[in-house]
Amino acid sequence: MRYSGFRVIKEALSGHKGWEPAWRTPEPKPHYDIVIIGGGGHGLATAYYLAKEFHQHKIAVIEKGWIGGGNVGRNTTIIRSNYLLDGNEPFYEFSLKLWEGLEQDFNYNAMVSQRGILNLIHSDAQRDAYIRRGNAMLLNGADAELLSLDQLRREYPFLNFNDARFPIKGGLAQRRGGTVRHDAVAWGYARGADSRGVDILQNCEVTGFRIENGQCKGVETSRGFIGAGKVGVAVAGNSTRVMAQAGMRLPIESHVLQAFVSEGLKPVLPGVITFGAGHFYCSQSDKGGLVFGGDIDGYNSYAQRGNLPVVEDVAEGGMALFPGLGRVRLLRMWGGVMDMSMDGSPIIDRTHIDGLYFNGGWCYGGFKATPASGWCFAHLLATDTPHPTATAYRFDRFARGRMIDEKGMGAQPNLH
Amino acid sequence: MIINHPLLGPCDAQEFTYKGDASLINRPDGMAEGAEGAFYDYAYLRDNPAGLHRELWFHEQGDRSWLVVTRNTVTHEITKVELARDVARNMGRST
Repeated sequence: MRYSGFRVIKEALSGHKGWEPAWRTPEPKPHYDIVIIGGGGHGLATAYYLAKEFHQHKIAVIEKGWIGGGNVGRNTTIIRSNYLLDGNEPFYEFSLKLWEGLEQDFNYNAMVSQRGILNLIHSDAQRDAYIRRGNAMLLNGADAELLSLDQLRREYPFLNFNDARFPIKGGLAQRRGGTVRHDAVAWGYARGADSRGVDILQNCEVTGFRIENGQCKGVETSRGFIGAGKVGVAVAGNSTRVMAQAGMRLPIESHVLQAFVSEGLKPVLPGVITFGAGHFYCSQSDKGGLVFGGDIDGYNSYAQRGNLPVVEDVAEGGMALFPGLGRVRLLRMWGGVMDMSMDGSPIIDRTHIDGLYFNGGWCYGGFKATPASGWCFAHLLATDTPHPTATAYRFDRFARGRMIDEKGMGAQPNLH
Repeated sequence: MIINHPLLGPCDAQEFTYKGDASLINRPDGMAEGAEGAFYDYAYLRDNPAGLHRELWFHEQGDRSWLVVTRNTVTHEITKVELARDVARNMGRST
């Protein structure tokens, strides 16, 4: 069924009796050409692009819970491509271009809103760094705009420009950045994949891999053995646990990142705003709630909830930037489990086991990467060669000294 | 989280800096055979368990001791706290 305005009117006039489930609930088949482990944004996007762009058949996505129940449902919904390094920026710009056409492509309203993202500048040194970053973005075909203090005062009059410790000196804006309705991304990809014949198998947990003579033959699951020509793992947050079943140790630690939503307000924030002196980022959802977050808690965790010191730190960052926030009541907070890699950048690569492919290590930037991650992982699975924008995301980059370390922190995952 | 320091008693985890897996105590011998591979494993690969995890915390805003804390990464419950010095000595490392 194709969704359209016409269809909405037609269904409204006929008592909404014609709607069908957006995807099937099939029984597992004994064998698929390609099995994707992980029914989150990245796994579903991979299956969708495998079927649509790479014309693969007999694909399954297996998910231990329900689809979209992990980090694609737990993030702060921001999309952007404001990276500095060559290994990253072309990939994230590819992703942003896919976001721009996504809703037409998969015929689902994902509420992609290019309301812009603003990174604030608080010192002369930071301005130099952001000018460099903006130029790197422009060189890679992205948009970037340096905003003067006067422009900022006009566009964002509510900011605390004269903070004693961190006065605002300017900003780097990416007008094409913005927010997306995150759950709809998972649902849209699921529906698009399902309609092209992909089996989405929920409540199907992987309990092991069947590996014979260095070749992955399929996966053992809670619903029995499923044979596969190729297996792609996209389970960020739990990458270590799944890949351990194939005997691999990863350059990844799992950390918890918290996010927050305030009560609903009338429109106050025109776009996404990030604090340059601390770690705080904020946007306003279409329902009116302020959606904001900050740093990871900083210790290994699989808990999907964090502790209060980070809540305090995030609130302080918000208050330094936006004192009006002090009158707003917090409605909800939650945590998600992040694959924090050793250089802060992801991995999309083959493994030493034939037929087993890995996608993970997204740190806390996985949501914006969803379309490109799916496309590039599908490219790798279908052609056995990396997509041109994802050639740097290799497992062996650590051993070879080819890290993609945007923050220059070294092999200390809680600092990325 | 409260870390029960062996010398100072209960301390807020905010006083500490987190380093990571306690196996980082076991720095490989740079002169040994296969040191390159051993250092790759040491620097970049982690067990990252869901469940009990032995990890290094540095009491930066306290007595500046290194602790080995055994903590459950699923519940955040801390079950054991040792001085890293004692852990290293028990493994036969010199004083």
